[in-house]
Amino acid sequence: MTDMRTVFSDAASALLDEDPLAAVVLAEISADLFAKAAARHPERVLNVGIREQLMVSVAGGLALAGLRPIVHTYAPFLVERAFEQVKLDLAHQGARAVLVSIGASYDAARGGRTHQAPEDVALIDALPGFTVQVPGHPDEVRGLLRGAVGVLDSGSTYLRLSAEANREALPLWPGLQVVRSGRRAVVVAVGPMLSPVLDAVGDLDVTVAYATTVRPFDGEGLRALAAAAAGTVVLVEPYLAGTSAHVVSEALAGRAHRLLSVGVPRAELRRYGQPADHAAQHGLDAAGIRRSVTGFVFADLT
Amino acid sequence: MSRTYAELPGLMTLMTGDEKHGPSATSTLDVLWVLYDRVLRVSPDRLDDPGRDRFLLSKGHGPAAYYAVLAAKGFIPESWLAGFGSADSRLGYHPDRNLVPGVEISSGSLGHGLPIGVGVAHGLIARGRPAVGDQAPRVFVLVGDAELDEGSNSEAIVYAGAAGLPNLTVVAVDNQSSSWGWGPGGIEAHFAVAGWSVTRVNGRDHAELEAAFEASGDGRPRLVVATVEGKS
Repeated sequence: MTDMRTVFSDAASALLDEDPLAAVVLAEISADLFAKAAARHPERVLNVGIREQLMVSVAGGLALAGLRPIVHTYAPFLVERAFEQVKLDLAHQGARAVLVSIGASYDAARGGRTHQAPEDVALIDALPGFTVQVPGHPDEVRGLLRGAVGVLDSGSTYLRLSAEANREALPLWPGLQVVRSGRRAVVVAVGPMLSPVLDAVGDLDVTVAYATTVRPFDGEGLRALAAAAAGTVVLVEPYLAGTSAHVVSEALAGRAHRLLSVGVPRAELRRYGQPADHAAQHGLDAAGIRRSVTGFVFADLT
Repeated sequence: MSRTYAELPGLMTLMTGDEKHGPSATSTLDVLWVLYDRVLRVSPDRLDDPGRDRFLLSKGHGPAAYYAVLAAKGFIPESWLAGFGSADSRLGYHPDRNLVPGVEISSGSLGHGLPIGVGVAHGLIARGRPAVGDQAPRVFVLVGDAELDEGSNSEAIVYAGAAGLPNLTVVAVDNQSSSWGWGPGGIEAHFAVAGWSVTRVNGRDHAELEAAFEASGDGRPRLVVATVEGKS
């Protein structure tokens, strides 16, 4: 299976060929994947070196000059290191870009904290006007990227790529997609959490809904699903636990409901190993998710 | 109605209420005037013209001089000036491009204008308007000497020098306000070593400023240091 980053670089390179206003701004990371595109479009593929602040500011400037920039590097360097540039040089200016990160949450389990940013979506969510897309499979990346570039006239997008992936891709849909139905709870699986969630809830009487688009969040869809599932919601996100709790709360305001937020805890793990090791430590593998769901929804059975 | 340079202090008084304006408030005034009066190909009737020159005020602090020049040149009504900083005013203590016609970037936090300017310069080249010859749009970024403390500028200075953006000019208004200064050779030494075309002029001398802005950088980005009196 081709990984998300390769699908992304191929799709972005194709956009550069098709759209004379598309541009890609890099800070060394993935520059090798854009070498051919850079040779064809040297004025629109800009690798600024290891300068993430400049990378984001340049994207802002390109947008102000009328281009459609795609900005790409490792998640902590894209979102955290250059956060004021994202806030001011994109959002505050009214300049729009597609931010594409790799290295989601604990993809770099062996890399340690410096290469992990599970708080990325929470930070982007703190700014106005960003759509947030969390693909769960490489086959979903191309369509999400093209969609994000296509809506640049109305806003910026954060496209969060991961080395983790579900077994199968789903058709792209901006709202919650019901994968299976049940009565006791609705479990919202974001991006690559779908396969572990399905493994976790195998015989449990719950709805599983899949989301790639988390901002804007499909509040209307959630209201309908929660109403048919005892008002009980389990949110399973592959990044900081509770990142989407406030949008669930807004969606269900005025309705009796219960919410459990599952995700990466705030505490630093200080362990290396493989992503699977971190998933297990965080309770984000199938066994951990099952423990959370049964404890919250089926306490009467335990 | 276009005002003269001599009328700018009166326009600033509408904003600040002060009859006299200290060196700090006017450190950028002559640079701004020369740019808008003699250099920039931009006017209130071509705010969205993709071929216009771009002026980016990076040092967003103390924008009274900027607003005065924008009013003098007809970008904003003079009637806006009196409300400066009030709840109903479009004119804040740092300018917002989404509120003020003719303002190309929103600024205030230091060290953003030059990196954005690098992107604008790149974008104008990518759109088929390379700054070779006099008809292509240019990008001017005004920074303060202390603003250059911000490390984001260093990223932009080294990169732009190496990338060789001929349509980019930085105007550094030097009122010697950086606590640690720029050492022997001054600000321009740091740009020159990165490959920029550099010059230093009297920031109060309109003819010197105009000549510095119009001079060619020989295909390189250009730095004009405009010396003014120190902060009192």
